[in-house]
Amino acid sequence: MRYVKQFAIILTISFAGEVLRALLPLPVPASIYGLVLMLLALCLHILPVAAVKETASFLVEIMPLMFIPAAVGLTESWDRISPIFWELIAVTAVSTILVMAVSGRVTQAVLRRSGPDRKHKDVQQRRSL
Amino acid sequence: MRELLTTSTFFGVMVSILAYEFGLALKKRFPVALCNPLLVSIVVVIVILAGFDIDYEAYESGAKLLGYLLTPATVCLAVPLYEQLSLLKKHVAAIMAGLVSGVLTSLVSIFAMAVIFGLNHEQYVTLLPKSITTAIGMGISEELGGIVTVTVAVIIVTGILGNVIGEQVLRVFRIEERIAKGVALGSASHAIGTAKAMELGEIEGAMSSLSIAVAGLLTVIGASVFAQFL
Repeated sequence: MRYVKQFAIILTISFAGEVLRALLPLPVPASIYGLVLMLLALCLHILPVAAVKETASFLVEIMPLMFIPAAVGLTESWDRISPIFWELIAVTAVSTILVMAVSGRVTQAVLRRSGPDRKHKDVQQRRSL
Repeated sequence: MRELLTTSTFFGVMVSILAYEFGLALKKRFPVALCNPLLVSIVVVIVILAGFDIDYEAYESGAKLLGYLLTPATVCLAVPLYEQLSLLKKHVAAIMAGLVSGVLTSLVSIFAMAVIFGLNHEQYVTLLPKSITTAIGMGISEELGGIVTVTVAVIIVTGILGNVIGEQVLRVFRIEERIAKGVALGSASHAIGTAKAMELGEIEGAMSSLSIAVAGLLTVIGASVFAQFL
């Protein structure tokens, strides 16, 4: 019964996300509204983590599977893709790698600059090696 | 046989999960980036559909159950995020700096390459939301007058690419902090990259989940500005 209750809570929040999507004139999907609602419910202790934990872990774990149907569906939009295929590949590859590198490096740089205590710990660790 | 496969209720989900399991087994045997379970499963399903001459609609009528779970699963990303909330609060400046720079890099690089390749306005705005989650990306593409089906295709390819080469990119650019890894994967390749971040660890997964939402919202604003440029 625990799983039924957990899934019911998760679907209720997903539905609340859909309601917000319908009410607010922003290009934000129901899933993102739902994510924010779930986070708020947890932070404000309206919902304890234990009330959704196992089912949430399961859904997050199987998440990669959920992309398979849409990705297989790429074969269906081939007509629209083929005229600019190589341009698409080039833009996708270059910008994906760049974004990953820049966002990661910037986050890391700020983290390391603002965390002198950690640097100290690193140095200590190195000394003890 | 073909008749049975096209009318079956369970074939779509079954073949998808079995293909993914096959991908996991292959990854264990050959631990290289190209043996990515998601990539392998997509190729296997496409080959099986082509081999048995099964229409995509027939496969999708069953397999759409997997897509149905995507919204509830995205909602559940709030749970690992909540569990890392103190870490998030402590490093909010670093995380926001990373996300803003990531979104700007995405928009600037797409603009630069659109100019280089001589893409027209429609093709350019189709590509602008490529690094963010499908549902937000579709909305932006539609709003700006892009080709929505191509946007979806590019978003999915971006995600798979990030999932496949993510670990290598992080290594090459010496991104070692777990928070930075999560921000990098989530901002560059949305939910499919987050699936990889979840494999790396809870902190990476939580930061990547946060990045999907924040990078998506920042792109809503950024893309409408960048759309004016070409």
